[in-house]
Amino acid sequence: MAITVSIPTILRTHTGGEKSVPAAGSTLAEVIDDLEANHGGLKQRLVKDGALHRFVNVYVNDEDVRFAGGLDAKVADGDNVTILPAVAGGSR
Amino acid sequence: MGAVLTIRRDLVDALVAHARRDHPDEACGVIAGPDDGSDRPERFIPMLNAARSPTFYEFDSADLLRLYREMAANDEVPVVIYHSHTATEAYPSRTDVSYASEPFAHYVLVSTRDPQEHELRSYRIVDGEITEEPIEVVESYRFAHTGPDDAPEQ
Repeated sequence: MAITVSIPTILRTHTGGEKSVPAAGSTLAEVIDDLEANHGGLKQRLVKDGALHRFVNVYVNDEDVRFAGGLDAKVADGDNVTILPAVAGGSR
Repeated sequence: MGAVLTIRRDLVDALVAHARRDHPDEACGVIAGPDDGSDRPERFIPMLNAARSPTFYEFDSADLLRLYREMAANDEVPVVIYHSHTATEAYPSRTDVSYASEPFAHYVLVSTRDPQEHELRSYRIVDGEITEEPIEVVESYRFAHTGPDDAPEQ
């Protein structure tokens, strides 16, 4: 069983419009590298200076990876990885 | 998609009431609609501003996941993403633009800087570019495009 990654609307240009793609890896970093190998350009939308972008939330199953080691978060076969851009803003 | 936001009055009222209630903190939320290209806001979903700030808003990350899972299960999309500015005009800030990541959403801003008169404006924000659009407030969607002389089908 592969890992299933949900792709938000704004990143589907990198996956040919697909909203869900398979990936492999045992950490989030490996999964992202695998995604990049199959869908070039995706990694730079997710990772900046060796860490996840401030604007992007990534979840392994139900847990925000921020609380599970970020890019070092463990991922196992059959897991769902969900990518959601943060919904945020401000007056400035 | 047309260059206008067509929205039912009760949804506008709910949105403005939410902004007034949370003032001086920024209020935020989504109005979801069917994922059928109709661009019709239907389900009002006020969200917690996890930043609880008068100058910043952010959906809590667990709330965000729950919201998107729910919309996916309902075949919905976020037609409107709204938030309030409590001391500035109802125009997207640089921060608003940098975070805007739903290319098909109408970004609605309400300003509660004046205690009597609110400002309500709508924008598309795509690839960092802001385009303002008019807001058409309707009593219901069914007769949105009929006039007083149009008779309902018998």
